[in-house]
This record gives sequence, C-alpha cells and structure tokens, in this order.
Amino acid sequence: MTHPPGSEPIAIEARHLSVYYGDFRAIEDINLPIYRNKVTAIIGPSGCGKSTLLRSFNRMNELMPNVRTEGQVLYHGKNIYDPDVDPVEVRRRIGMVFQKPNPFPKSIYENVAWGLRINGFKGSKADMDAWVEEALRAAALWDEVKDKLHQSGLSLSGGQQQRLCIARAIAVRPEIILMDEPTSALDPIATLRIEDLIRELAEHYTILIVTHNMQQAGRVSDYTAFMLMNERRAGILVEYDETRVIFTNPKDKRTEAYITGRFG
Amino acid sequence: MPVPTPTSAEDDIAARLRSRPRRFEAFIRWTLFLAAALSIFTTIGIVYELGRESLNFFTRQLWEDTNKQLAAAVGPTDTVLPVTRSGAALHPDDTIRVEEEVMRVLAVEPTALTVARGQQGTPATTHAAGLDIYRGTRVSLVEFFTGTQWAPQIGKFGMLPLLNATLIVTAIAMIVALPLGLGIAIYLSEYASDRARRLLKPTLEILAGVPTVVYGYFALTLVTPLLRAIFGKDVVEVYNMASAGIVIGILVIPLVSSMSEDALSAVPQSLRHAAYALGATKLETALQVVVPAAFSGIAAAFIVAISRAIGETMIVALAAGAGPNFTFNPFEAAETITGHIVRISSGDLSYDSIDYNSIFALGLVLFFMTLTLNIISQRVVRKFRQVYD
Amino acid sequence: MKTNGAEDLFQPNLPRRHRIGRWGLILFQISTLVGIVVLTALVLNVLNRTFGYVAMTYQVPPEALSINGIPVERLHPLDLAYLLRQHLPPDLLARLESEGPLEQRDRRELLDLLTTKVMRPKVLETWTLAQSIFCRQAIQTRVERLYPDARLVFRSWLTPEFLTRPQSSRPEFAGVRTAVLGSLWVVAITIAFAFPIGVGTAIYLEEYAKGKDTWVNRIIQTNINNLAGVPSIIYGILGLAIFVRALAPLTSGAIFGLVPEGATANGRTILSAGLTLGLLILPIIIINSQEAIRAVPKSLRLASYALGATQWQTIWHHVLPSAMPGILTGTILAMSRAIGETAPLIVVGASTFITVDPTGPFSKFTTLPIQIYQWTARPQDVFRHLAAAAIIVLLVMLLALNATAIILRNRYAKRRG
Repeated sequence: MTHPPGSEPIAIEARHLSVYYGDFRAIEDINLPIYRNKVTAIIGPSGCGKSTLLRSFNRMNELMPNVRTEGQVLYHGKNIYDPDVDPVEVRRRIGMVFQKPNPFPKSIYENVAWGLRINGFKGSKADMDAWVEEALRAAALWDEVKDKLHQSGLSLSGGQQQRLCIARAIAVRPEIILMDEPTSALDPIATLRIEDLIRELAEHYTILIVTHNMQQAGRVSDYTAFMLMNERRAGILVEYDETRVIFTNPKDKRTEAYITGRFG
Repeated sequence: MPVPTPTSAEDDIAARLRSRPRRFEAFIRWTLFLAAALSIFTTIGIVYELGRESLNFFTRQLWEDTNKQLAAAVGPTDTVLPVTRSGAALHPDDTIRVEEEVMRVLAVEPTALTVARGQQGTPATTHAAGLDIYRGTRVSLVEFFTGTQWAPQIGKFGMLPLLNATLIVTAIAMIVALPLGLGIAIYLSEYASDRARRLLKPTLEILAGVPTVVYGYFALTLVTPLLRAIFGKDVVEVYNMASAGIVIGILVIPLVSSMSEDALSAVPQSLRHAAYALGATKLETALQVVVPAAFSGIAAAFIVAISRAIGETMIVALAAGAGPNFTFNPFEAAETITGHIVRISSGDLSYDSIDYNSIFALGLVLFFMTLTLNIISQRVVRKFRQVYD
Repeated sequence: MKTNGAEDLFQPNLPRRHRIGRWGLILFQISTLVGIVVLTALVLNVLNRTFGYVAMTYQVPPEALSINGIPVERLHPLDLAYLLRQHLPPDLLARLESEGPLEQRDRRELLDLLTTKVMRPKVLETWTLAQSIFCRQAIQTRVERLYPDARLVFRSWLTPEFLTRPQSSRPEFAGVRTAVLGSLWVVAITIAFAFPIGVGTAIYLEEYAKGKDTWVNRIIQTNINNLAGVPSIIYGILGLAIFVRALAPLTSGAIFGLVPEGATANGRTILSAGLTLGLLILPIIIINSQEAIRAVPKSLRLASYALGATQWQTIWHHVLPSAMPGILTGTILAMSRAIGETAPLIVVGASTFITVDPTGPFSKFTTLPIQIYQWTARPQDVFRHLAAAAIIVLLVMLLALNATAIILRNRYAKRRG
C-alpha cells in the first residue's frame, strides 16, 4: 500500500484501526492520515467497510450494537478512543452528513440553531440569527429559504434538505466534516450543487467523503483512498494517494481494475 | 374457405366458461356483511337508547313541593282555590297538583289561585283543606349542565358535582400516569438493553391485564390507608378522590407507556444519529429530538389515557365514595359520573323512575366525552403516520 | 467564515450536560421502577390479606368431637354421621335425611355439615399476614385481654372449601362456587356470541371489503375503532336497555317457556350478561382477527385461486386455518377482559346475593369480580380477607388463560418457522 507524500498538515489519522461487529471484523488494520482543508474520498465496492471506517472517525460506530474498535484515531495528537475522551465533545468537533437527508422535524431555523444551543452558544438572539444565516449561506441555501425560516425543514426538496443538513453540521463549527454518500439519495442536478458546495467548504474544513460514485470522487476530492474486502471479508485499505494519481496512474493492480470498471 | 365448426366438446367448454350465479358464495358474503354491520347497530343502539331515555329524562314531569296548602276545602267544580300565603310563588301557566289531580294555573292572587281543573286526564275531585300543593317542573338542560346540586330525592339534577369529581379524579390520574408512562416509554425505547426490555414489557402487560376491580381493592386497602397515614386521618377521608385518582393513574400507565413507546420507536434512527453527530448527549437527543418528533403519537396516547380515566368505573365506585359532593378538595369523598351510574343501578332499579332515566342522560354525556377524545386521538395518530411512513 | 472560531463561540458546558443526562436517566429508571414496585405491591397487598391470624370461638370446639383421641377431621364418615345425629336438632336432621341419608354422603360433605351446623366457628377479629408476622406478641396479648374464650389460629382464607362453598352471609362459611360458575357461564355465552360474529366481521373487512373503499366499509372500520374506546359502563347501560328490558321475553327465557321455577330474574339473566359482554369484546376480537388474517401471505390466496377455488373455498380451506392461532390468541385475550369486567354487569343487574348455583342461561347470576366488589365494599375487615382470596382465584383464572394464549402463540411461531 502506498501513501502520498506526508508534507501536508494532518487533521486526523487512523492508525492500525480495526472495527468488529461482534466476532466479525468489518475493517482491518487501517492506516489513514487525512490532510487538513482537503477533500478526501473513500471509494470501493459496496460492503467493503467504507461507512464503518468513516463512522469510526467521530465514534458514531458506538451507536451500533456490539461494536468494538481496536487501534487509534489521532486528533490533535490525542487518541479519540482513549477512555478519558468524551464522544460528545469529539462529535461536536467532527461533524457528519448522512446518506439520506435527515432534517429534524423542526423549523429550518431550529434545525440550524439547535446544535449551537445545546453546545452552549454564548451570543445573544441577534448573534444566533447571524450565525444561522451564515451557516445557511455557507451551505448555499440562504437565498432559497430566507423567507421561510420558520417552516418545517421537511417541507424542502431532497437536495435542499441535504444542504440544510450540511448547514446544520457546519453551524457548530466543526473542524472536520464526515460525509456518508451524501448525494446517493438525490437527483443529478441536486448532486451537482452539493458537489460544488463541497469544493467551496474545503477552503475552511477538512472533508472526508464516502462515495460509491467514482466520477464524484474524481470531481470533488484532492485525495482518494481505495478500499476492498480481503479473503476474510474484512475491509482493507488498498491504496491511498492524490486523486489525480489514483485515477490516472494507480500503483496497485486492484485499484486499476476497479477504476477501469473491471469489477465492483 | 369454410370456417371450422366447433366440435360438441368445445361447445361444452365455451358454455361452461359462462359465469353462473354462485348462490352459496353470495349467501356467505351477505352473512359476513351482516356480522360486520352488527357493530354499526351497536353504535346506533347506544346512541338511540341513550338519546331516547335522555329525552324521557328531560321531558318527565316532576313535582316540587311549593310549601303552599289549600286554605279551605274545594269541590270538583270550584275554579278558585283558596291557598295559604306562605311558600314559593306561582305563575300563570304553571302546572300544579293536589293529591292526584293536575291543574293549570290561570291567574294568581296572594291567597287564591284561578285554575283549570282536571288536566292531563285526571278527574276533578274534592280536596280537603290543608293539602299540599305541588308544582310541576322539568329538568332543564341549563339546570342539568350548570346546576351544582345533584339530589334526585328533592328533584335537583345539576350534574356539575359529578362532572367535577370525574375531572378531578382524571386530573390526578394524569398527574400520575403521564410523567411515569412517558418516563417508562423513554427508558424502554432509548435506554433499556434488549434484556431489560424483554423483562419489563411483559411486566407492564400484566399490569394492564389486571381487572379494574382488583385495582379498586388496591386503592381502598392500600393507597387510602397510606394517604391517611401520610396526611393525617382528619385530612383524608376514608373515601376520597385522591386515592381513586392515583390508582387510575397506575392503571393507565401501561397504556401510556406502550402507546408512547410505539411512537418513540417509530422515529427513524437517522434523526438520533444526526443529533449525536452535532455533539448532543443522549438525554438531549431523547428529549429535544426524539420526543418532539414523536409528539403526535405521544399526544394521542395521552388523549386515550384521559378518555380511559374518565370512563373508569370500579376504582371510583370502591374508593372515591358514594354521594355527589361539589368540592375541589381531593381528600374528600365525591361521586363521579361513572360511580353514580353504578351505585344507582346496583340494586333493583325500576324502569320508569327518574333515576333510571338519569343514568342514560349521564351515560350520554360520558359517551360523547370519550368519543370526542377517541376521535381526536385517531386524527392525531393518522397525522403522525403520514409524516414517517 | 472563520474555521476555528469555535472555542470562542461556545461556553464549555459538557460536565453540566452530562450531569443533567445522568439525572434524566435516573428519572426514567425511577419511573420504570415505580411500575414494578406497584405491581409487587398489588400482589403483596392481596397476599397480605389472604393469610393471617384470626381470633375465633366455636359453639362446639373440635376437641369435644374427637372420638378415642382421633381428631374430627380424620374420623370415618360413619363416625361423622353419628356425631351429626348426636348434635343436630331433630327437625334439621329430618330435613337433611329427606335430601339423602347421612350415611350415604361422602366424608367431605359430612365434615362440612359438622363445621357449619355443629362446630359453628365464629371469627371475632382478623389480622393481616404482616401483622401476624411482626406483631405476634401484641396480637396474643390483645386476644387474651379482649376475648378470653377465643383461640388464636393462623388461617388461610383461600381453602379448598372456599372454592366449593356457595356464597354465605357468614364470612366463616362463604365461598365462591356460585360466583365462579356464574363467571364461567357468562364467559361461555360471551364467546359463543362474540367469536363467530367477530371473526365473520374480520373476514368480511379483510377479504371482501379490502380494496373496495366504499363508504359503508369505511364507516364499519372507523366505527369498530371507536367502539373499542367506549367505556365499558356504557355497554352496561346499553345491555340494560336492550337485553334486560326490551328483549326481556327472550333473555328471561319466557318465549321458550323456560323460565326456571320461582325465578325473579326477569331479564337480569346470565344470557343478558353474556350478550352485553359479547358486544363489549366484539371490537377486540375483530381487531385481533383482522391482524391475524392480514398476516396470512397473499401467495397462499393466489395459489388457491389458481387452482380454481372460489373466494369462500380459499378463505375456509387456506386463510382461516393459517390465521386461526392468531385469532384464538386474540380471542383468549378478549376472554380475559370479559372475565375481569365488573361495571357493565352491575348495571345489567348482577344479583347481590345468591347462594344457588346457576342452572342455565336464564338463571340469575353473580360473577367473581362482582363478588370481589361486594366483599370489598363491605365495611367489615373480615370480608376484605374473603375479597383477597377471591382476587387470587380470579388472577389464577386469568393467568391460566394468558398462559394458554402464550403457548398458542409460541406453537404458532414455531410452525411458521
């Protein structure tokens, strides 16, 4: 397995990471540094553990029954799986956007403001309004919803809902945003808007995105990690490099086979 | 080219394909339809019987003592009755009764009444001096709904004391059942391990399956003595609304918890994940995301619980006391609507008495109260389903 | 937009939030605990009054009746008959003999006669199980002081005789046989009435009305859901108006010429009670049966139609047998509801005091819950002990029914694999 040159600052890094569901090992010995303010895509055939890997970057895996994690995820030099680390704090700093848009059945405004509020937002009501607006602008949704902030988030279209979820995630100022196939439930036009948004967000955020769509990985990401299942059906990291390299000059035969569409 | 003529066998088959009436199938279908229609007849029966007897209740002639007496004897043809000055005032067009004879008042003077004799098919007869004069009244809707005294023996039929007791008992029950039921539901749906859930749910089912008369026994022999020990025997009466209310609350806990838990479990997992990904704690997720998302389902559970508490009978019959009492003190005895119906109808109730009519009028009020609540709850549930299905 | 404005933006509040979280959990656990505690209290409270000390006196103490040192309860039937002849007044003896010679009666019956007619125990004061265990000394002192002639015995109010004796105004001899038989009769009629109609309605709604969203079908379905929420006492009032009063000739058995001799029940019979409860549990049976029928896979119906079966043949031979365990489970649950119902039966006119066993659908009736209600409503403590014993009988009956339902459900689950 190859790694890109380690010249860039690292935002978060998996070291010898394995995740088990009961006795079954879903991913095995993953080593993966994620670079700051870059978009990193994880690709691979379905069932290879992409989402499991993604969720272990903010301890969302713990919400599944019977999950056990081995190895380390280093964030600012601290292993987030250390017993003295609070997963709630981890998740505030490492946000997540899900496969299907899942706005809360609250107003658009409340969807964005809720995360701020529970995390102890210091400012006044006016500050809150400003932050909500900024988050919605950052998610390229403000112009569409500014006149109906108090309507239900569920009244929006699928693409708008997903951008609302992105606004909700960035409102609490995370450093890293994890995206789990964020466009798989959307139509092509909505998908394009989200992809543009991801590129814009990369200026300020470190983004880790799981996708089963190779073109998408090619369009949005700076780095790409390719995963496969080994003979024990556990997910392993095959190759990790700049996206350009993975798509044009992969070093591993299996990556090349997958990229050129020979399997998967 | 000649068209091939069908053989006789083919002719047969073509003929057999033609549909025939299947009498047995039709008979079965109609029998089953009639069975289904019986439920409609049940509802019609309830509304018709309650309505008809309530009508009798409101149109029945009652006689109220005016405290006036005949000042002198009158013969069958006298149309002016000398009466005493004392007693309630009478007005023209009032119906009065002396012994068995009914009369209509035409004009009123302080010590004499001009009357039309022998009304309503009663014969005009001689009456002795000193006989009581009764005035005919009816239970008016206004009196029924706003009267604060329910005393059939003196012709007072204001249902407020009964309604008031019903509402107080229900309120106490809800104070007990809603927080506990919702707390159990949240625990079961958000916190409990599979093993705990497998243990707790049958326990609650058992609690729900215990007959209400056993709860009544529980109220009278355990909760009431407990209340009297805590608050003092001079504060808490032997029969009191608090004990009945608390135990009704316990009775409906399983109802609230199981309906609420269904609503909470129906909230998609992805909403919880979204909350956790924003850095919410488990309690914040449960109370601020899951409970609001399941709100209408929980609201429906609450409404059904209220309806159940209003209609509950045996617990109040045993623990809340007999005898209407217009009071807001939960430690006093007061009879609820259902408690009154049960007390009046146990023992030999004669069919054409005002008591018999009155239980139908009360039943009608009860029926509409619970029906309204049930319809609201069904609406609310349907709205909830549309959001998540 | 700044990326790392986060630290200025938020107040560090995690310890407090986690503390609140822990309190929340504790509250939820307490709620759950309360549920369990209440159930335990319910059961313990009943047990507490089923056993305990009683202070009692005998008109003829049992020791006086022992022969050659053999205690009275172990005597031979012939000896018991002899004792009865010795102690009973002649007129009573003659009446008993005319019903059947003493020597031909069995031991149990003779012993019962001896207890109720000769020994005649009388309960003076009772204590609960808890009092009997924790305040034994005080009870003994009290009995010695207040009732010098009485003896203090530990008594279970739930005895075999309690099950076999009829109702009696003397708590020492009261039993629940009349009430249990009444309950069984009423429930039998309830099920005989509600089961076929309930299942028929469910079949109609699921098999014939499905997909035909006419207003009639919609009204029937809505109506059933609403009926399920009508308070049971309303059914009692309906039963009073229709079965007891309007249909009195039918429910009293008059039109069949079947009025039992000396009957004063008019329409207040087992039949009226059964039909009233039948209407009450009809919605429950319908809704449960509908669920069971809905769970039968569509492929089964298609396979049957493809072989040329008519709709009714398909239902009768395939749908119903598959749905039957589910239907029966639902019916048993409805039955346990009917067995525990009290309020509607009071309104329909359950008898307050009968000592004669019901002989058929046109008899007057009382049921176990009614009996419990009446004993509980009496002010004397001693009747509360009888009520507790009767509650245990009722709960055991319900438990047996529910166990049957669970066994049925499990067998069904196994077969479906």
